[in-house]
Amino acid sequence: MSAVAAPHQIAGVGRWSPDRRYLPVIGTFIVFALMVTIGGLRYENFLSPAVMSNLFINNAHLIVLAVGMTFVILTGGIDLSVGAVLALSSVITATLLQAGWSLALVVPVAVLAGSAIGYGMGVMIQYFDIQPFVATLAGMFLARGLCFLFAPESVPIRDESFIALAGWGVNLGRWRVTAAVLIALLAVAAAWWVLHRTRFGRTVYAVGGGEQSATLMGLRVARTKVLVYVISGTCAGLAGLLFAMFSRSGYALTGVAMELDAIAAVVIGGTLLTGGTGFVLGSVIGVMVLGLIQTIITFEGTLSSWWTKIVIGALLLIFVVLQRILTLRRT
Amino acid sequence: MNRILKSRLLWPLVALAALLLACTVRRPDILGITVLDGHLFGAPIDILRNSAPLLLVALGMTLVIATRGIDLSVGATVAIAGAVAMTFIASSPDPGSVGTAVGAVVVALGLCLVLGLWNGFLVSSLGIQPIIATLILMTAGRGVAMLITGGQITTVNSAPFAQLASGFWLGLPVAALIAYGVYGVVALLVRRTALGMLLESVGINPKASRLAGVKARTLTWTVYALSGLFAGLAGLIFASNTMAADANNAGLFIELDAILAVVIGGTALSGGKFNLGGTLVGVLVITTLTLTVTVLGVSPLVTPLFKAIVVVAVTLLQSPRLRATLAGLGRTRPQEVRA
Repeated sequence: MSAVAAPHQIAGVGRWSPDRRYLPVIGTFIVFALMVTIGGLRYENFLSPAVMSNLFINNAHLIVLAVGMTFVILTGGIDLSVGAVLALSSVITATLLQAGWSLALVVPVAVLAGSAIGYGMGVMIQYFDIQPFVATLAGMFLARGLCFLFAPESVPIRDESFIALAGWGVNLGRWRVTAAVLIALLAVAAAWWVLHRTRFGRTVYAVGGGEQSATLMGLRVARTKVLVYVISGTCAGLAGLLFAMFSRSGYALTGVAMELDAIAAVVIGGTLLTGGTGFVLGSVIGVMVLGLIQTIITFEGTLSSWWTKIVIGALLLIFVVLQRILTLRRT
Repeated sequence: MNRILKSRLLWPLVALAALLLACTVRRPDILGITVLDGHLFGAPIDILRNSAPLLLVALGMTLVIATRGIDLSVGATVAIAGAVAMTFIASSPDPGSVGTAVGAVVVALGLCLVLGLWNGFLVSSLGIQPIIATLILMTAGRGVAMLITGGQITTVNSAPFAQLASGFWLGLPVAALIAYGVYGVVALLVRRTALGMLLESVGINPKASRLAGVKARTLTWTVYALSGLFAGLAGLIFASNTMAADANNAGLFIELDAILAVVIGGTALSGGKFNLGGTLVGVLVITTLTLTVTVLGVSPLVTPLFKAIVVVAVTLLQSPRLRATLAGLGRTRPQEVRA
């Protein structure tokens, strides 16, 4: 039972110290802290509230994507569709707003479109035994195709209420929190609560730890496995809304390969792709690490943009190898 | 009749026939082949030629998937191969000579073989999950390709190199001859020797096959190296087609198309039994789909939608669950043996 109980409750109860479960997340946090320190020492103004606020503002959509992806990966699945669903949601938002729909209607439609695609993929995976990789690949093609069907060109958003929402923000000293950042942080908090404080969340960990055992324990495995894809789809829909707020437009080609960023963030955040181990907060730090790489390369100035990809790849390699060593020592 | 219905290749072939039929209804003369200057021309020849890079990549992918792996890095490898070959030709003193073209091909393929070996090392020696091991190269690879070309789209003029994509030999396109030739050799190797069975044993149970004396680790290295090599070959055909190295767009999403082709062909991603004939049909379905969409006058941008429909339809029809349900509907008593 210790594997599925809330982490702090089992301190001192298990055979090995529970700290081990946090090791990957702690590792990610150390990398994050190191990058902030190095950046702060190397460049002036790097540690300014404006730069750090922008880190959140520029990556709000990716945080939400990574949160949804964490649920799926915790059950041992994968969701390749999130980038395309993000684009679909932003295209739906822009097209419907242009058609004169009110914001109160557009928001649920855009988010629920993501949930619907997630539900379809979940059903394919759970009830038709189709591999998560293939089912979500089909979901990705479906969403991307629908994007072009709705709007082949970029659709600007001129709706006043939407622009007001996108531009809304609070200044705390020199820190700035926009509506998008607030929504992203709320999503993180909600995900944390669901994963660690509800029966569903514990079932998610149990399914990832061992699907057969979870079934034998009488947990509702089928429902959980469908629901994680619904959650991931919903998160992608929400992220699309946030991205539309960020770019003030809907374009069918946004979010290409963004699912890889989300997966990379989750892996860097210490969640194992085999499922069962990992934390939402780790994924958030993973997103921050990806964002910092971008920021540092911008500050460096002389480095070309493609170094971002190479550094992310190298970082992924280091984390994956370290995780491998950690899991080898554990067994 | 029952045997035909049970065949895994039935639905992919039906899909292929439906696509060709849709083309013919729209343009009745489309499947004709004409001879011009001693070369064959026509839509079927186009399909053969356009399917060449995808067939090469899907071939490597089938072998990797047979060992319960997956190779996401092939798209990036395609970009790197093009970048290396074009940069090699552009920086040589005599870009138009045959020697330069051969040199470019050798250097590019050598590097791609190394990239494949790297993936094999991560998967077999370090024991990292294939999906994440190849994700590393997938992410970093395009950056490396950009690094090689310096962020530019390198264009060159080299008649011998251009032959790779646009040349004809014995009336057939060279690209198709290379791809189908490689396919034939690999098919012979895995089906006429024990190699194919060994690959399947690694995919079904790596530990048991190692205990039985199968060199599982060496086989894993080999399939990833081959996948890298074939992706490199596909990259050279792409580069030769446009005579330009576009690090950002060359081979974009080809790994997904290749995986789709393999899945449509009836090879399960869970490893083990693989079906090279199915992969060929899958590749033809995807290539024909692109042609059909164009012929029907639909915007090519919507192609992903049709891909999704074909994949969902074929995978659902192949799924044992749906088959059991359908079979159950036709009988008075439900099946007693369950998988």
